[in-house]
Amino acid sequence: MDLSRRSFLKLAGATAAAATLTGVGLRKASASPSEPLRIKYTKELHTVCTFCGVGCGVICNVRDGVIVNADGDPDHPVNEGTLCSKGSAHYNISYVYDEKGNPKPNPKRLTHVLYRAPGASSYETKDWDWALEEIAKRIKDTRDRTLVETETVNGQQVTVNRTNSICWLGSAFCTDEENYLFHKMARSMGVINVDHCARL
Amino acid sequence: MTNHWNDYQHSDVFMNIGGNTAENHPISMKWIEKARENKNAKLIVVDPRVSRTAAVADLYVPIRPGTNSAYLGGLINYILENELYHKEYVEAYTNATYLIDEGFEFDEQTGLFSGAFDDPVRNATSYDQETWAYQKDEDGNILQDETMEDPNCVMQIMKRYYSKYNLDNVSNVTGAEPEALEESYELFSTTGEPGKAGNILYAMGITQFTHGAQNVRGIAVVQLLLGNMGIAGGGVNAQRGQSNVQGATDMAMLYHIIPGYHPTPQQTQATFQDYRETTTPEDNWWSNRPKYVVSLLKAFYGDNATPANEFGYQWLPKLDGLDHSHIAMYKYMGEGEVEGMICWADNPGVSGPSAGDKRSYQKNLKWFVSVDLFENESASFWQAPGMNPAEIDTEIFILPAAAGYERDGSKANSGRWIQWTWQCQEPPGDAKSDLWIVNELFKKLKGLYEAEGGTVPEPITQMKWDYDNENGEIDIVKVCRDVNGYDTRTGELVTNFVGLQDDGSTACGNWLYSGYYNNYDNPATKNRVREKEGIGSHLGWSFAWPLNRRIVYNRASADLQGNPWNPDVPVVWWDETQERWVGNDVPDIPGTWDLEQSTENPFIMIPEGKGRLFANGFDKVGGLRDCPFPVHYEPADSLFNNLLYPNAVYNPASQRFYEDHTVETDEERERYPYIITTYRIVEHYQSGIVTRNLPWLNEAMPELFIEISEELAEEKGISNGDTVLIESKRLSNNGEQGHIEAKACVTKRFKPMMINGEKTHVVGMPWHWGFKGMSTGSVANDLTPSVGDPNTTIPEYKAFLCDIRRAE
Repeated sequence: MDLSRRSFLKLAGATAAAATLTGVGLRKASASPSEPLRIKYTKELHTVCTFCGVGCGVICNVRDGVIVNADGDPDHPVNEGTLCSKGSAHYNISYVYDEKGNPKPNPKRLTHVLYRAPGASSYETKDWDWALEEIAKRIKDTRDRTLVETETVNGQQVTVNRTNSICWLGSAFCTDEENYLFHKMARSMGVINVDHCARL
Repeated sequence: MTNHWNDYQHSDVFMNIGGNTAENHPISMKWIEKARENKNAKLIVVDPRVSRTAAVADLYVPIRPGTNSAYLGGLINYILENELYHKEYVEAYTNATYLIDEGFEFDEQTGLFSGAFDDPVRNATSYDQETWAYQKDEDGNILQDETMEDPNCVMQIMKRYYSKYNLDNVSNVTGAEPEALEESYELFSTTGEPGKAGNILYAMGITQFTHGAQNVRGIAVVQLLLGNMGIAGGGVNAQRGQSNVQGATDMAMLYHIIPGYHPTPQQTQATFQDYRETTTPEDNWWSNRPKYVVSLLKAFYGDNATPANEFGYQWLPKLDGLDHSHIAMYKYMGEGEVEGMICWADNPGVSGPSAGDKRSYQKNLKWFVSVDLFENESASFWQAPGMNPAEIDTEIFILPAAAGYERDGSKANSGRWIQWTWQCQEPPGDAKSDLWIVNELFKKLKGLYEAEGGTVPEPITQMKWDYDNENGEIDIVKVCRDVNGYDTRTGELVTNFVGLQDDGSTACGNWLYSGYYNNYDNPATKNRVREKEGIGSHLGWSFAWPLNRRIVYNRASADLQGNPWNPDVPVVWWDETQERWVGNDVPDIPGTWDLEQSTENPFIMIPEGKGRLFANGFDKVGGLRDCPFPVHYEPADSLFNNLLYPNAVYNPASQRFYEDHTVETDEERERYPYIITTYRIVEHYQSGIVTRNLPWLNEAMPELFIEISEELAEEKGISNGDTVLIESKRLSNNGEQGHIEAKACVTKRFKPMMINGEKTHVVGMPWHWGFKGMSTGSVANDLTPSVGDPNTTIPEYKAFLCDIRRAE
């Protein structure tokens, strides 16, 4: 019998349920009732692993809009349900366990805009509108003062519209669409110092 | 990758060189193991360390870090001397028969090719590449000798050039035993037999050298000689370390290109006409370049791009002929020229070379923006050991980002599969996707320029940026539409890049992605149909660029008559009755071509249509700055003189940025007597800022370590678990020597090597640690040199020198 991992799990679940009903459950001797499967009554959503370039399929089990588990996607042709140590740790990006084993938000995740003033020795919390406005002002100030409009090349005036005073690093952690907009925005600013972690 | 992960099941012999696939791309092993189980495939691992991949290999060949090109040169020589190459393939599909300019030569004393000169602009050797060229008749046809006996034909030049890479010489350079070399060469060369497939898979252990591009070229030459390009189970397979390195590169998050691998305009290309003329060959695939670039400009500037204003060409910044990659931009920062920096999910304070210097240069910034999931070392450089916050005036903005599964969008894996990733939950607190952030930031900036004016506002105000939904927030479908391309008259999505035009009637943000979002209801990138029968191409799963093709150059998988070399795994073939190419993959052949035309041009992206054993000089499509054939050069930091070319040392064309930065003298060689390499481990990821904040992974791999052989540990009085101090020239400042520290892992995985009769020690350490996060440790990249490959300026991370001692 050719069992996929998924049908095996389903079958195993059904067998366990049937066994419990007939009173010969394998867990009969355990002192406390077994907990329901963490992924019970969850919605399955597909995504792709955030780590290396293999591009394994990941299923997130979501209940009430919250991920309760992340595991390999058995239907995905590359990984066929398996994941490595990093892929298996996706859940930790959002949630960690407290001392009692209950999930709580990962305390290190950034949840607010932070700002450090010149010379300060700590960050302060800010809102988006303030931060976006202030960053845009910094970009404009630097760009307006440093943009090179033309350059003489072989005796000819050439429009160059560039600044060497801003650096822009995109990311292999971001999506194609994000990197596309990064490129558009960086070039609109005249940025020529453009790179990302492909070299590193 | 020219091929893809599932295709590994068809390989007969794997060579994992400069990579550790079991650890860094673990699921690749599923397909390697499948080939080993089903067809008795063999796995060769070439690596300085008994890596986790080496531990399960059929054959392991240890080589000294930085000697891949010598190892590969030895393989090429072995193939040529023993005539193990795939003759029909080499004759018909490569430039082996082409005659090279009579003035072309290589000097075995200096390690230089003809045309070398000291380039004051680059402060390195550059080449006048006039002689790196084919001989041509009056009509411009390339001269050939189909017998491959003419002394000026590529095959004969190669035979002479590579004779230096005999087993003894290569053994002397690499430290591998001649028997081990020969055994591995013999095994891999068996794939030169028609119908057999050899797969070379690699990662940064090939590329991160001052001669990294030449290492890759060495792999390409091997694969062309053995007829392994274009076939199932073959290929040059660069395994990508991050989930979207491929996509971020396609989208040109690099200074020298714009999306779709077109060169960034240079100031020498004053007009769009100049740009077209200097980058567009006449009769090759790239003759379509103007269609792709005009469509790109239309996607950028919309109705504001017209024939009258060169489609907005002048609004793009033009380069000044200098390097603007990672190392270069930090140099400009150190010199005080840079005021601001924006890092999207990037942590150069840990991942950059000589990272300690780089963090210190950031003090010169007025402002710094970091977008990330966790507080990283780059944003918080002012908290690094030795920094005094009161003296640092940089304003820092940290913007909280969404995790991979908290945002929609596509990512391209190593096999160029552009897969959709669905959002599964909302990001926590105020965190937002990078897509949302860049959209809002651009709107703010545009608003400021519209309200206040400023210096040349047009590149910003004329940019077409209309991605909002009815609630005024980013609608990703509108971005996908831009990238895929559409007809500017009807607004309809284009089917693929074949329909793109150079008259402004089409817009397309990236021609290679054209077709990935070909309709709104079920775009190709979201396809999830597994193949039931076939060779594992899975054409119904996501969308691969270009045109959903899974194996590039697949014309070469069939013989001259169009029949597959390996009928058991047919990729594409010429169908006599239909008079066209058909197959298990999308043929890499224009649909209008007949059999003869496709046989003459199996490598359609190369102007002359043939795989290049000899890489000739720059043409309108591109070229290499350093070598037509890969040369063995030492790393910049090296204990040894060049054992093959006595007056050469490291790559003379490489990118150098700082004086007195690498080991140059015998005195310094004694001061830093050990070779060190860096690598990744399966429990952590890149700069570690994500994984060092995941408790499960910290539990599995809690702290930074340095791997030291038992022999060296004994010499140095170091025991397992001791704290070890590690020093390199980069941490030496005005006579004061700095260090980083790590726990000693005394191991059999490294062994002393005999190099040219000298006992040589190699150590290694992962580079995932820094001073932020739940698990902290020294930054390994504080040790690494800021020197780069001449073509890519990738830093030399994989071979440099250090000293180690036990902490008192």
